[in-house]
Amino acid sequence: MSEKEEPRIGVFICHCGTNIAGVVDVKQVVDFTSKQPNVVFATDYTYMCSDPGQALIKDSIKEHKLNRVVVAACSPRMHEPTFRKTCQEAGLNPYLFEMANIREQCCWVHMGEPEKATEKAKALVKAALAKASLLEPLTPMEFNVERSALIIGGGIAGIQAALDLANAGFHVYLVEKEPSIGGHMAQLDKTFPTLDCSACILTPKMVDVGRHPNITLLTYCEAQEVEGFIGNFKVKILRKARYVDEKACTGCGVCAQKCPVKVPSEFDLGLGMRKAIYIPFPQSVPITHTIDKENCLYFTRGVCKVCEKFCPAKAIRFDQQDETIELKVGIIINATGYDLFNAKKLPQYGYGKYKNVITGLEFERLVNASGPTGGKIVRPSDGKTPKSVAFIQCIGSRDEHHGVPYCSRICCMASLKHAHQVKEKIPGAEVCVFYIDLRCFGKGYEEFLVRVQDEGIRLVRGKVSEIYENPETGNLRLRLEDTLLGEVMETEFELVVLAVALVPRAEAPALQTLLKVSRGADGFFLEAHPKLRPVETHIPGIFICGCAQGPKDIPDTVAQASAAAAQAAIPLSQGKVTAEPLTAYVLEDYCSGCGVCEAICPYKAIELKEVEEGKRRAEVNEALCQGCGLCGAACPSKAIVLRGFTEPQLMSQIEALSSV
Amino acid sequence: MGKPKIACYWAASCGGCDVSVLDIGSKLADIVEQVEIVFWPIALDFKYKDVEAMPDQSIDICLFNGGIRNEENEHMAKLLRRKSKILIAYGACAYLGGILGLANLATLKELFSRVYRETPSTVNPENTVPQPTVKVKEGELKLSPLLEYLKPLNEVVEVDYYIPGCPPIGEKAWEALIALIKGEKPPKGTVLTADERTVCDSCPRVKEEKKIKELKRIYQVIPDPEKCFLEQGIICMGPATRGGCDAQCIKAGLPCKGCFGPAPNVEDQGARMLSALASIVEVNSEEEAKRFAESVADPAGTFYLFSLPSSMLKRRVK
Repeated sequence: MSEKEEPRIGVFICHCGTNIAGVVDVKQVVDFTSKQPNVVFATDYTYMCSDPGQALIKDSIKEHKLNRVVVAACSPRMHEPTFRKTCQEAGLNPYLFEMANIREQCCWVHMGEPEKATEKAKALVKAALAKASLLEPLTPMEFNVERSALIIGGGIAGIQAALDLANAGFHVYLVEKEPSIGGHMAQLDKTFPTLDCSACILTPKMVDVGRHPNITLLTYCEAQEVEGFIGNFKVKILRKARYVDEKACTGCGVCAQKCPVKVPSEFDLGLGMRKAIYIPFPQSVPITHTIDKENCLYFTRGVCKVCEKFCPAKAIRFDQQDETIELKVGIIINATGYDLFNAKKLPQYGYGKYKNVITGLEFERLVNASGPTGGKIVRPSDGKTPKSVAFIQCIGSRDEHHGVPYCSRICCMASLKHAHQVKEKIPGAEVCVFYIDLRCFGKGYEEFLVRVQDEGIRLVRGKVSEIYENPETGNLRLRLEDTLLGEVMETEFELVVLAVALVPRAEAPALQTLLKVSRGADGFFLEAHPKLRPVETHIPGIFICGCAQGPKDIPDTVAQASAAAAQAAIPLSQGKVTAEPLTAYVLEDYCSGCGVCEAICPYKAIELKEVEEGKRRAEVNEALCQGCGLCGAACPSKAIVLRGFTEPQLMSQIEALSSV
Repeated sequence: MGKPKIACYWAASCGGCDVSVLDIGSKLADIVEQVEIVFWPIALDFKYKDVEAMPDQSIDICLFNGGIRNEENEHMAKLLRRKSKILIAYGACAYLGGILGLANLATLKELFSRVYRETPSTVNPENTVPQPTVKVKEGELKLSPLLEYLKPLNEVVEVDYYIPGCPPIGEKAWEALIALIKGEKPPKGTVLTADERTVCDSCPRVKEEKKIKELKRIYQVIPDPEKCFLEQGIICMGPATRGGCDAQCIKAGLPCKGCFGPAPNVEDQGARMLSALASIVEVNSEEEAKRFAESVADPAGTFYLFSLPSSMLKRRVK
């Protein structure tokens, strides 16, 4: 459009069924609008986003030679892309479109005041018109995409996403901070509700990852630096020295047999021991052993080297150093999982104080055949088989004051599974689950609940208020109110299992800074839209899946991981991406190089370049810029302009709003 | 045609602007040869009636310093506007309102009470305050009534050009005048002697990362003379202040106070500086943010030291 061309604005007011039309007098808004300057056409329709609605816009653009389009409907977050596309299809630059939100910002908040809402709708349309007149055509930018992926986290989420992308033909770098992939799922004994052996269904996938030609497995590694943007991320990975040559080690395990140092095993949550040179668990992938430098006698006292002496493959490398690996990837998937709520924060349950109070994950290790007890459920205090076991739900979950406000989603089913396992392994044992609500919502879950009830498991609705130990027997007395009977009771068990909440990783803040993604109020990583963009983040090219996004069980995690892989495969297979042109740029004549913008840019998209001795100018990397506008607001000399939100555009909107 | 006629006038000002005119020293003698000074209350004995007697548009250039605080200021602004071909708002007060404009945060009553009764240095047991009129044996004396609030010059008359600074830089100001006399006229409204960029551009200090955790006042620390003040936690108005002063305060070891006013694109210097400052503060909670905000001593006197009456805030209404 040439500069001299007068704005010819078409305005389309949506009823959104009764969402808008039930509150606002749409006809009145149309009348008002058609009298506004530059408006050559104004109309209304029941659903503007529908095919006929969009056809109406397209036809009107042609018929009335519109060069600006305003749609007054819902939030631009929903349908701005829709209508931009509509404009484009009719030959109009999609950035000559403006949206007035008369649903969320008007009808939904003023349902009881239709007259005032109608006036407000007029004001909002008028403001959109003011801005529309000042809009300028913009062109999206296009970038090539590096056809490889970085997946952070080697739990079941990362494994599934890695396999999917690798099978689709893209190269995947799978980074795991522990010596083996497998994550929490590898620690589980059985999986609900089918009671599959967790390892049996997980290890084939782990092995596939380990030998997939399209997967580079980077265990004992951590992502350290991430730069760039979708299609062009530059990542630095720290590969921690494991003092064993990964290629040479055959995993025979002689070293671990001979190693004289015993350390509590992290994998067994301290319930069992490992050596200073070790693999976390028998099915570890890779099978490469790792020397724990903190406990190795050679590293702590300069003596020993027994492992080196006995290693038949000559794979021990005491001189190995940490190294940094640099990668170029097109997309990143965050599959970093969860931590468990620290039950010590709720001292009334005596976790950490009474030996026979354990967590659900500790129970998993106890009941697992390859666990420290060989699968025997025994009491940590005396090694005896408990005759009665209590499971207490919602430890930390649904507890706004001392824990987290949300439901951790897996604990009801996990405890029911544990209850079943006790019944199976200790015939005649008394098993009781204390719950607030039983949430068995998944496929086959309710059926599982019925099954365990039939097995004679007692379900008591009531939150245990306190546990104390009989020091002579090590038994635990539970105090609670049975809220169905309305009775306060006190009852004794030989073992208590706490269903602790799933919480965000302790490393989540650091990862948030690294990836520049958002987290929600609950601390979990935030998806771009809770319903419609569940595996994308606000940063193009960065995806999330699994418990990093929020607590979920294995079926949901796997489904989400495949979803993330499918989403990630879009730019990877396209080989190129387009970026929104709504980015910031610097008016060089007004920039004095103070650096405020550089400091505030959350995407590191601004760099100060020295143009001559002592003179700096800001420069925006438009590929990195996400158009958030912080720099423009922060710039003390207004030397930064955000396309699509320029000062004249915004001021004209404000003026229009205040003039109605 | 005779020598160009120049007038200088002071309204609500401290006198520093007039001194800046004299600041060029012996060169002044040369300049005075080229121009005819027709009115300059601080230096020469002219009366208001002399000005009133001049034909309209007979003054070529009038340098008007000081804000408009009372009726006399306003009357003289209008009179000089009528008599002058070019009217220049000279110095921060005439241009933006200046330091005296901070009194716009008080009502007239509060202002009066503060000045004549409450300041720590005031001893006024008899409650003596100025009266609008007072009778003496020679007759009745009148004091010009204060306006409700202080205005920059352009709020009462049309202004052709502005020369910023508290005070302006005399030498540069004269250069600008000579250029005007020669007929080199920039577009109306131009801020003469000022840069397009801000003070940061001419500041020699090293700028690294603009992230600050707490504020310090200049008396609390010995600032690193090489490093950006702001990055040391000392508020420096440089980023939000129009350059042209050659960063002379900063070079002398003091942070910029903002006397050259907002950058050319900017309407509200204080608001801009505030949002810039808020943008570089590293705080992790509402609580910390509040504590930081409270650590700004005298916010108005920091961010709006010279520009309150011309800012969007302008004055207190109630």
